[in-house]
Amino acid sequence: MSVNWRNIGLFAAMGVVLLLTATLQSWQLALTILNMSLISAIMALGVNMQWGYAGLFNVGIMGFTAVGGLAAVLIAMPPVTEAWAAGGLGTILGLMLGLATILAAVAVYKRMTPGRLRGAAILGVIVVGWGVSRFFFAPATSAIQAVNPASEGYLGGLGLPVILAWPVGAVFAAGAAWVVGRISLGLRSDYLAIATLGISEIIIAILKHERWLARGVNNVTGIPRPVTRPVELQPQPWVQELAARLGWTVPETAAILSALGYAMLFTIVLAILIWLAEKALNSPWGRMMRAIRDNEVAARAMGKNVTRRHLNIFVLGSAVCGLAGAMMVSMDGQLTPGSYEPLRFTFLVWVMVIVGGSGNNWGSVLGAFVIWFLWVQVEPAGRWLMEIVTSNMDVDSDLRRHLLDSASYMRLFTMGVALLLVLRFSPRGLIPER
Amino acid sequence: MDPLSALITLTNFVLIPAFAYGSQLALGALGITLIYSILRFSHFAHGDIMAFGTMVVIFTTWGFQAIGITGGGIIPTALLAIPVGIAAMAVYLLVTDRLVYRFFRQVKARPLTFVMASLGVMFVTNGLTRLFIGTSERRFEDGERFIFSVRDFREWSGLAEGLALRSAQAITIITALLVMVALFWFLTRTKSGKSMRAYSDNEDLALLSGINPERVVTITWVIVAALVVTAGTLYGLDKGFRPINYFQLLLPMFAAAIVGGLGSPIGAIVGGYVVAFSEMGITYAWRRFFTHLMPEDMGPDSMLQLLPVDYKFAVTFAILVIVLIFRPTGIFRGKSI
Repeated sequence: MSVNWRNIGLFAAMGVVLLLTATLQSWQLALTILNMSLISAIMALGVNMQWGYAGLFNVGIMGFTAVGGLAAVLIAMPPVTEAWAAGGLGTILGLMLGLATILAAVAVYKRMTPGRLRGAAILGVIVVGWGVSRFFFAPATSAIQAVNPASEGYLGGLGLPVILAWPVGAVFAAGAAWVVGRISLGLRSDYLAIATLGISEIIIAILKHERWLARGVNNVTGIPRPVTRPVELQPQPWVQELAARLGWTVPETAAILSALGYAMLFTIVLAILIWLAEKALNSPWGRMMRAIRDNEVAARAMGKNVTRRHLNIFVLGSAVCGLAGAMMVSMDGQLTPGSYEPLRFTFLVWVMVIVGGSGNNWGSVLGAFVIWFLWVQVEPAGRWLMEIVTSNMDVDSDLRRHLLDSASYMRLFTMGVALLLVLRFSPRGLIPER
Repeated sequence: MDPLSALITLTNFVLIPAFAYGSQLALGALGITLIYSILRFSHFAHGDIMAFGTMVVIFTTWGFQAIGITGGGIIPTALLAIPVGIAAMAVYLLVTDRLVYRFFRQVKARPLTFVMASLGVMFVTNGLTRLFIGTSERRFEDGERFIFSVRDFREWSGLAEGLALRSAQAITIITALLVMVALFWFLTRTKSGKSMRAYSDNEDLALLSGINPERVVTITWVIVAALVVTAGTLYGLDKGFRPINYFQLLLPMFAAAIVGGLGSPIGAIVGGYVVAFSEMGITYAWRRFFTHLMPEDMGPDSMLQLLPVDYKFAVTFAILVIVLIFRPTGIFRGKSI
């Protein structure tokens, strides 16, 4: 494989831009952008597997990242023993009964002959099962939520190291994806889009509403972090020495060191994923996927089970998104279900993949860096632009205040324009598929 | 035992709101279905162009109120502003079509490329809406608020249970029915409507018989503009205007269109009502209804609410899943591309 200088140049240019941000604005800002870009790159890789390799249109990325984030809470937070004593058993029993209801309904559907009687039987099973499981579930969850509601009021997690949450987050997302995929793959292509849009809204609704699970809109804060926190770094003598040598303040140095730690961890994960993804793409499996994407009918005629392969890759890609979600929550140290917005978590990742170049792993990574950088920097730029536009206006005028307030929405507009321009003039993206 | 009170409770809390909401969804879903059958892609910007159109209506309403044009205190001024909104929306949609979609039509791009482009339009429209009007809730309803209020009804009927009909709900239902009748008249009786249906059924055959595809596309966008602006304004009158709520209408509108059968206008209307009635029915607390139906001392203890209101998306989704599993082409056998 020959060295592709163009791509290396593009990445180098991105690095230079980040370095410029570091020197002109601040190192902390540059590192924050870098870390979030790395996480976005992983999400983009996941989406690229689905869209670029297989042509699957997933608009539920937000849901899969949120499920990954939930894993960070369930793995790393210490268990709340009081809550477990108050309602742990009832909750689990209620959930089990709910599951049993669904399985029973499926069994009835499969065993009985079609007809009115079967419909009535299924309805009966669901109504009775629903009632019984609610009977155990509702009092148990309200008991849990009553336990120390200001800071706990949920079951807590397992108290395990937070790094474990990353693979577990991937598994959670894969589970959700399997259910959605089983239902909607094999039908017409748009149906997957609608189904994933739905499942992601439901996942967010569950996270917001089920307070016994992860405190809902009250947020879980103080999730253990994989990297030493800046506050704990500050008293270390070597940090203080380093700060003195560089001429920075101690808190600043500690924050930068901590961010660098995350950057290293994330880079390792990204590197492993990219290596695996490239291997997969260039293997017989990857060629089969692209063959299916380019001509489903021909691939089916060659004896490939298209629906099964689609399910494989859909689950894989969603798992990668879940991994990224868990990483993001463990970096922020908090799970805030209220902050999951589809424009930010689903559609922005799509812009990254399309702009970077769908079908090419390196393209997705570059797209993630470029788009995240723009996403962060367009807001101040928009405000600056608005300052200029409104500089002639009366300081107290409503229009001026309104324009300045709405500067932050400039970035939605910019992202849309970027996506449309790339689709129109360079549909293969910054780094096209080979 | 008091079945009449039970019926009135049900009408007040479920039937009327669901009928109004269903009408709004049906109008939205009709737009989605039309775009799907003529332009052949799933239009993801639908919720956001709805918000944009409603925003134009709100600004026009404010302008009308400022120069003294109102609905005379009877009908909301916004109804008078709808034509302006439709005109602005038609221009906006035709401009996006020329700038964005036409190119992809000419190169015969895959349907998913169109969907992707509609994502871009969604971003741009969303940004513009927020830029112009902000994200906070706006109420723009004026005129008489109630056709009859709970108190009027109690005095008139002498019953303990109240029943109210808000003007916004009544206007929604009447306007939606008028728009649907007009649309069906257009599709089945006029030459342009027939050419649209012909184009939707078989593109090649329609081209051979001399139908101008660009004209069909233009008419479609104008009709879609009328549908979304009407639906958006009615929804805003009923529940208040917030851009994020309009974005979230995307799921129930698509569900309605798919449940009815993508590409089938009748299906979109039926789907809209199916989705609305299930959402309302499953998230409603049935306790009061059953208290009236049962003997005095046997009233139910719990709220009898199947799901909290936060899960209305889950209801929509469940209906969608059931349809996808058992009848993937929808109730009215839509088409598959």
